[in-house]
Amino acid sequence: MIPADTLEAARPEVAPQGVRRSRVSVTLVVGSVLAGLIALLAVVSLFWLPYPADDTSGGRLAGPGGGHLLGTDKLGRDLFTQVMTGSRIAVEAGLGAVLIAATLGIVLGVLAAFAQGWLDDTLSAFLDILIAFPTLLLAMLIVAARSATLGSAVLAIGLAQSAVVARLARILVKRVLTQDYITAARISGTSWPRIVLGHVLPNIWPTLVVNLALQFGLAVLAEAGLSYLGLGAPPPNASWGRMLQEAQATFTTAPAGALAPGILLVLLVVGVNLVADGLRDTLDPATGRRRS
Amino acid sequence: MTFLDVRGLTVRTAEGRVLVDDLSFTVSGGERLGLIGESGSGKSLTTLALLGLLPSGMTATGSVELAGTQIVGATERALTSVRGRDAAVVFQEPLTALDPLMRVGRQIAEPLARRRGLRGAALRDAVGDMLAQVRLPEPERVSRAFPHEISGGQRQRVALAMALACDPGLLIADEPTTALDVSVQAEMLDLLDTLVRERGMAVIFVSHDLAVVARVTDRALVMKDGRAVETGTVHDLVRSPRAEYTKSLVAGARRLEAALDLRSPR
Repeated sequence: MIPADTLEAARPEVAPQGVRRSRVSVTLVVGSVLAGLIALLAVVSLFWLPYPADDTSGGRLAGPGGGHLLGTDKLGRDLFTQVMTGSRIAVEAGLGAVLIAATLGIVLGVLAAFAQGWLDDTLSAFLDILIAFPTLLLAMLIVAARSATLGSAVLAIGLAQSAVVARLARILVKRVLTQDYITAARISGTSWPRIVLGHVLPNIWPTLVVNLALQFGLAVLAEAGLSYLGLGAPPPNASWGRMLQEAQATFTTAPAGALAPGILLVLLVVGVNLVADGLRDTLDPATGRRRS
Repeated sequence: MTFLDVRGLTVRTAEGRVLVDDLSFTVSGGERLGLIGESGSGKSLTTLALLGLLPSGMTATGSVELAGTQIVGATERALTSVRGRDAAVVFQEPLTALDPLMRVGRQIAEPLARRRGLRGAALRDAVGDMLAQVRLPEPERVSRAFPHEISGGQRQRVALAMALACDPGLLIADEPTTALDVSVQAEMLDLLDTLVRERGMAVIFVSHDLAVVARVTDRALVMKDGRAVETGTVHDLVRSPRAEYTKSLVAGARRLEAALDLRSPR
């Protein structure tokens, strides 16, 4: 938010403790590395895969080694290939859901914050119902209306999360609106849309970004859950959730089929949660800018 | 000439609780009026009502006529043209009066751009000019700084510059020195006094501190629990307070002064 050059150019005479610590938090680094590794797998999978997705030449349930880094599944497909495709699907699901949640959630949240009287009550009740509504049921409805694709799953997750984001945005906007600088901007003749874009959104952004990072992790988990139930991307796209489901029966004899997607799923979610934590430390105005 | 005419101003919450009760006063062009009262006496709400800026849910009734415009019940569009041009506010807490994430220069530029339609180099010059007028050292540096990078006194000067940017006929100062250190407080009062005198601006000075009000204004209105308790020249209020509350205010201020004299006999 605050470019380093300002801090250099304008050394404060007072309140050095108000200056943001430039030390990068450890959690942010570790989280970025973990999430970055998975993202790298996902990007590489777009251009190169060890085997074609439908290649079944490997022999059933082969162990790791012998041309198959992680072995093969019960149909003889290369596990590492599937894991790579799965990482792409996971990242896509996370990004897509967060994009939907952020766009819809922020718009709804800002509108709800400005709403008065019965409209405010109605919007709040609507958001509460949407939050209480099971994502699974929502996903089933959307799949029934459209078809079982990754898009349907992402849409369901994004819609469910947009309510959470909207409720947070509403509270944050309401809090900012009571600040004197908003009143000062109104006295200056700044119009409401400009106040929202110029003053409100920048001030709620740090908190929102942290929450959106957390939502990314939740979306990845939700997508795995939906795929496990057959509500995600259809075969031959190997989603981690479906890999887990397919490997369930043979877990005792060939654990790699379940362990590989399971571990990557944990790494990605832990990674983005650490990133969220690290962002909170560096971005949040409450810690970055103490009273002087 | 009456610049501000307030008659029977009453502010209620959404639940109907009365926060400001039937308040009436006038301010002529160039006149200085003090609003004295303890916290919760409704003085800050009164100043917000003068510009139609009450928090959502609160309603004002009665009449507020500012430079010929009726404020109570006016549309947002009508209010926008009055705010800043006819009256502007300096707030109590310099930390929250400035957007923490916007450079100081841009915040001062906002009213200048909206009200005077300045752009580009002219705008930049005007911002520098405003900063110089409130006696800020190194206006260049301050203009590029974020609010947390300058001191509380400097922030309050910036807020004052923003309020003065459009040369309003009335300056509403809502406890502008309360959050400041005592030494900075005196400087700020002197600055305010000079700037307002130069421009012949009317002032409503809100404070809980009788001594501070006595320093700046000629006339004062004492408020308690949303009602006007007493009004008159500062001289009369201090000399011969009639209401009980005013008496206790004066006695309190005198006790503090006496303590100073006692510790350092002249």
